Amino acid sequence: MDTTMTKPQYDDGVVKYLTVLAVVFLVLGTAMGTMAASQLAWPALNFDIAEITFARLRVMHTNTVIFAFGGMTLMATAFYTVQRTNGLKLYSNGLAWTTAILFTIGLLLGVISLSMGMTQGKEYHELIWPLDIAVALVWVMFTFNFVMTIANRNKQTHSHVYVSNWFFLGMMIMITYLYVVNGLAIPVSMFESYSIFSGVQDAMIQWWWGHNAVGFFLTAGFLAIMYYFVPKQAQRPVYSYRLSVIHFWALMFGYVWLGAHHLQYTALPDWTGSLGAAISLAMIIPSWGGALNGMLTLSGAWDRLRTDYILRFLVMALAFYAMATFEGPVMSAKTVNALSHYTDWTIGHVHSGALGWVAMVSIGAIYHMVMKLWNTEMYSMKLINFHFWLATIGTVLYIVAMWVSGIMQGLMWRAYDEYGMLAYTFAESVSAMHPYYVMRTIGGVLFTSGAVVMLYNIVMTLRMAKARQTSAVTAQA
Amino acid sequence: MADEKPKNFQDRSERNVFALMLATAFAVSIAGIVEIVPLFYLKSAVDYTEKTDKYGNVKNEKFPELVWERSFDLDADGRVVLAQGSENKRLIYKNADGSWGSDWKAGDGVRPYTPLELAGRDIYIREGCYICHSQMIRPFRDERERYGHFSLATESMYDHPFQWGSKRTGPDLARVGGKFSDEWHVLHLLRPQDLVPESVMPAYPWLAENSIETSFFGIKRNMETRLTAMRRIGVPYTDDEIALAQDHIRGKTEMDAIVAYMQVLGTMVRLDDSKVYRE
Repeated sequence: MDTTMTKPQYDDGVVKYLTVLAVVFLVLGTAMGTMAASQLAWPALNFDIAEITFARLRVMHTNTVIFAFGGMTLMATAFYTVQRTNGLKLYSNGLAWTTAILFTIGLLLGVISLSMGMTQGKEYHELIWPLDIAVALVWVMFTFNFVMTIANRNKQTHSHVYVSNWFFLGMMIMITYLYVVNGLAIPVSMFESYSIFSGVQDAMIQWWWGHNAVGFFLTAGFLAIMYYFVPKQAQRPVYSYRLSVIHFWALMFGYVWLGAHHLQYTALPDWTGSLGAAISLAMIIPSWGGALNGMLTLSGAWDRLRTDYILRFLVMALAFYAMATFEGPVMSAKTVNALSHYTDWTIGHVHSGALGWVAMVSIGAIYHMVMKLWNTEMYSMKLINFHFWLATIGTVLYIVAMWVSGIMQGLMWRAYDEYGMLAYTFAESVSAMHPYYVMRTIGGVLFTSGAVVMLYNIVMTLRMAKARQTSAVTAQA
Repeated sequence: MADEKPKNFQDRSERNVFALMLATAFAVSIAGIVEIVPLFYLKSAVDYTEKTDKYGNVKNEKFPELVWERSFDLDADGRVVLAQGSENKRLIYKNADGSWGSDWKAGDGVRPYTPLELAGRDIYIREGCYICHSQMIRPFRDERERYGHFSLATESMYDHPFQWGSKRTGPDLARVGGKFSDEWHVLHLLRPQDLVPESVMPAYPWLAENSIETSFFGIKRNMETRLTAMRRIGVPYTDDEIALAQDHIRGKTEMDAIVAYMQVLGTMVRLDDSKVYRE
């Protein structure tokens, strides 16, 4: 083998762009979410302005955090890790830039169109058909670039595709598949279309997409991040190769079945929901296997949690991942679902995954990347620790509030008084939620403040790195 | 090391990214084939309601009350018209004095939405009502008392997209039709807290001001296009009904349309309490 191992140069410009934008979208998305949460606590905050009424703002929030923040993070980390795990530059830097810029434009247009009420009316798949097609094309460009980079690797030095890349690939394949099928619609104007499916079939296809947007976009993609950044930050190899193989295939095969558990006791045939619930229960095993694989990577390095604040984010993310993937199967069990469905418990569950797992692991990865990409220390490590606590306490407040309100709602709706009459009107259950909606808002404010601290810290870091570079250049001259 | 033959399937996929992609694509496809595909042909999945031809004829032999059975035919000019025996089953018609009528009465069975209701449904989707209101009653005693008989698949067979929702920040609306007067709905949409002090629903004052005849940026809301599109994906309208569609929303506001939509929800079928519609 050739021994002149020169460190390859990477295409990092596009990664830098995506990384910074991800943080900007994190701030925007969580701010929108907090605003929406406060509208439920104090409806006067809708201000009778159509563009920011709760339902529209909520959709803007989900699209911004999932597709803008999540999507940018996934693209940044995918482009970052695929080069490093395969030891070469991107297949096409130009294509990567085109992808990144088009994605940004698409997202901005998306948020604007959603605020105007343009929507397909399917949850988590709201973008109107022209934008829908554009996003799908951008996604395929992203996938193509990623796959071709791996295909071009030097098979002598990098014979096997690294585990993080499997997960990215799984995400890309499944999301393309789901997005296209669920988006099949017949346009009736430039801005409106009707889904070609209806009723039961549409519901099942929608939740097949809905749950797998969670399973593949928000889980597989971020597990890829975990499989690269946790070992890197802990400076330890992944705990078990065998476990990651099982984790991968079980996730790919199993996750797709779960959508049906969103439709328990509805007009969907009973067997479909039960099948979804049964496989949901089985999914605890691979999910926990994956979480343990990440956590045990720290074996022998646990003491570093005291000093390494970035590692704290990554490990807290795994803890929330383990918790959310336990809670999910519990909620999909029919008896629990009968209570939890339609209540705030679902919202709490989503956020323990979204804030606790997705956002935390992304934040850890982004801090790691910022230091590597700009080859610098962070402006302030203390602020990272401060961010960690804001994010953790914010998340916990949020999910506890939703647990209480969700279970309470469920119980109030089904409560009977001594005469066998319904004990509460629906309106009474709404007013009983007020304190918890306030509590959730506080959680949201904390989490958003953390995101602002992060943005500040990163901006200062970049300025510091730039100043240092200029002074180094002048010193040389 | 790198020259070795692949040891097993896993090893092979890890060496060849395209093999890995194929294997993954296979693994992720199985669930959809098992869970989704049968819903398109299992009769029990749709309460034994069948679409019998490309015109959209429907029938239900087991529970005939579920659907408003109409049959369609092509006339000499190639237009879709009501077939013999169904002539007096017009969804909408215009009287000589300009008022509107329908041969369908509440309880006659599930039928396509009238143009005004369909336009109202567009507004319902635009405002994201489904974010907080479900349209899917589950078979529990408390839901029955609160909202009515549990929802059947047939009831949403013309819903493109479905509006079952996933959250009840507000109450279920699957059978809200006829429970309140039109005036109540108008006042409630204008200022929800005036009628329900505990409500956290936003107010929608602009609905009463906007004409339903235009859509985004003031472009015409073309109801003929919409009904034709619906017919293409399986919702049966006759050519006469499509021709009347634009006229049907003339002079109406978004408020009129969304109220018309909400008032028909759950009124189409009169379910028979003595029958077991779902095992």
